[in-house]
Amino acid sequence: MSQGVLAIAEQIEGVFRKVTYEALSEGRRIADRLNCDLTAIILGADLDNISKELGQYGADRIIVAQSPTLSEYLTDAYTTVIADYINKENPAVVILGASTQGKDLSARLSARLNAPLAMDCVAIRFEENNIIATRPMYGGKILADIALDGNPQILAIRPNAMTITNTAGAGSIEKLDTDTGNMVLQFIEKSLDTGKVELTEADTVVSGGRGMAGADFTVIEELAQLLDGAVGASRSAVDEGWRPASDQVGQTGKVVSPNLYIACGISGAIQHLAGMSSSKVVVAINKDPEAPIFSKADFGIEGDLFEIVPLIAEQVKKLKGRI
Amino acid sequence: MEIAVLLKQVPATESLIEITDDGISIKTDDIKWVINPYDEFAVEEALQIKEAHGGSVTIISVGPEKTTEAIRTALAMGADKGILINDPAAEGCDGLSTARILAAVLKETPFDLIIAGQRAVDDDNFQVGPAVAEFLGIPNISMVIKQEIIDAKIRCHGTIDGGTVILEAPLPALFTTQRGLNEPRYASLPGIMKAKKKPIDIKTLADIGLEADRIGKPLTRIVAMQIPPERKGGRMITGDSAQAKAVELVRILHEEAKVI
Ligand SMILES: Cc1cc2nc3c(=O)[nH]c(=O)nc-3n(C[C@H](O)[C@H](O)[C@H](O)COP(=O)(O)OP(=O)(O)OC[C@H]3O[C@@H](n4cnc5c(N)ncnc54)[C@H](O)[C@@H]3O)c2cc1C
Ligand SMILES: Nc1ncnc2c1ncn2[C@@H]1O[C@H](COP(=O)(O)O)[C@@H](O)[C@H]1O
Repeated sequence: MSQGVLAIAEQIEGVFRKVTYEALSEGRRIADRLNCDLTAIILGADLDNISKELGQYGADRIIVAQSPTLSEYLTDAYTTVIADYINKENPAVVILGASTQGKDLSARLSARLNAPLAMDCVAIRFEENNIIATRPMYGGKILADIALDGNPQILAIRPNAMTITNTAGAGSIEKLDTDTGNMVLQFIEKSLDTGKVELTEADTVVSGGRGMAGADFTVIEELAQLLDGAVGASRSAVDEGWRPASDQVGQTGKVVSPNLYIACGISGAIQHLAGMSSSKVVVAINKDPEAPIFSKADFGIEGDLFEIVPLIAEQVKKLKGRI
Repeated sequence: MEIAVLLKQVPATESLIEITDDGISIKTDDIKWVINPYDEFAVEEALQIKEAHGGSVTIISVGPEKTTEAIRTALAMGADKGILINDPAAEGCDGLSTARILAAVLKETPFDLIIAGQRAVDDDNFQVGPAVAEFLGIPNISMVIKQEIIDAKIRCHGTIDGGTVILEAPLPALFTTQRGLNEPRYASLPGIMKAKKKPIDIKTLADIGLEADRIGKPLTRIVAMQIPPERKGGRMITGDSAQAKAVELVRILHEEAKVI
């Protein structure tokens, strides 16, 4: 009999991704509903200092797979260690973040385990005792409810879609003997945009489009920084070479669901909306009163972004000074 | 270098998507069908690799008869041949069973490299590429923006959240595409003419030695669909000056919306 919920924690350079807390919190809710334990598993090379933190998000057990060979995420090694653990422990549900890494890992795990996978879920609920996962399709034009048959049911959850809840579990730590099997992928090097807030995890995103009229995004960057947010871009801005492809929001870019999305000099094409329409509050700044973005934004300002955005930044500065 | 590209035909991104009466599928009558944009990157990259290293590019797809249009477009771009698995039993497939069919085709088609899209923009599953690699027992590298083949190895720059990673895999291997990899070419007129004579092999599951029951019943099922509530346009912030508008916006975001 499959039993229990397993949450896969994701860390990078010794820091958990925010979606890890979301996966644990949601995993805890599922475990409570199924009346079973929540186990967290974490892989890496140097985990002694961070593992126990997972107990604060409801993990009853924390399985630590620590080995120098796991220092970097490699699909083959991580799939083998986690699949072997799942085969041994037989959890009913596996939950993880649908980050770039989580998508790769969950897809490969589903094939290895012949297990159903609901990718990029934005909500999870129960009907009777069955899990129903809601996930966007067609670039967010459809929300589909998915039923999963078979074990374990793998749920990869979209970053920023689910609530983080602090709840203490027993949090007992167990070391896992790891056998990474035959590894063929080789890690060469990694470069991280240090100090940048990850677009998909940011609470605030300030985006610029063709209205920026050039690669100078200073006004956008300053506002984003003041709001502890990330900078995004429309495809036009990326195509012009003003911003890297990793900043693109939209159907062929990233999907973001921040609390606040500020679109500056972006017209609001359907492919752009596909990447940001699940944001909680949308603000649009555009000099064209007819711009379609205004019909999708909670708040709009008609005007020149180069004038308006610095004024907003100034107000935010004042506000932050006051608090 | 024998390169296989996994290609899916999907609704163009500007299509109006409507739900049918059964509540679990979409209306397909008025849809314009195109090559999945991420698979277009895959075709382009395959052609560039072929141009640099020689070999051939085979387009492989599972889908209805009309998918031949998308395959034909890829052939017009410069691919050499197409294989379409067209079988009623493949229709209700989920990502895993589609991957199983593609893997079965690839078991009888010699290849050194497989390129897939990171996701198909209809189901947005992000699943088939890595799953095909798993079924074939080969490595996969996801969301690649740059690659280089040296000797029998491929070195890829993959996207990770907040940066990039360089990974190397021995061939045969599979990688999935990310925007930034290349700019897909348009089919030229001579390309379109030539494509008419290129072979598209249409096969059933039985033809590839896969009994319908061996692809397994789908493990995921759509039980309901809904159109998400549309975002409504809200308030235009008015004021005598840009300054006044900025002040009002920040006040609203702080006091009413409570997002800053
Ligand atoms: C298959 C496919 C996939 C696509 N995927 C994406 C995607 O993922 N993401 C994406 O964004 N797009 C995508 N697109 C492109 C999309 O259709 C639009 O072309 C694009 O989003 C337009 O970008 P934009 O709004 O920056 O530029 P424009 O549409 O040119 O709009 C610029 C806006 O800036 C305003 N403006 C100009 N100057 C100023 C100023 N000084 N102050 C204030 N406002 C100003 C103008 O009034 C205008 O509204 C895709 C298209 C296709 C066909
Ligand atoms: N029916 C299909 N035929 C061929 N390739 C497919 C099919 N479905 C998915 N793929 C490939 O797998 C990628 C990811 O698709 P998905 O996992 O469905 O989002 C696509 O970009 C294609 O390269």
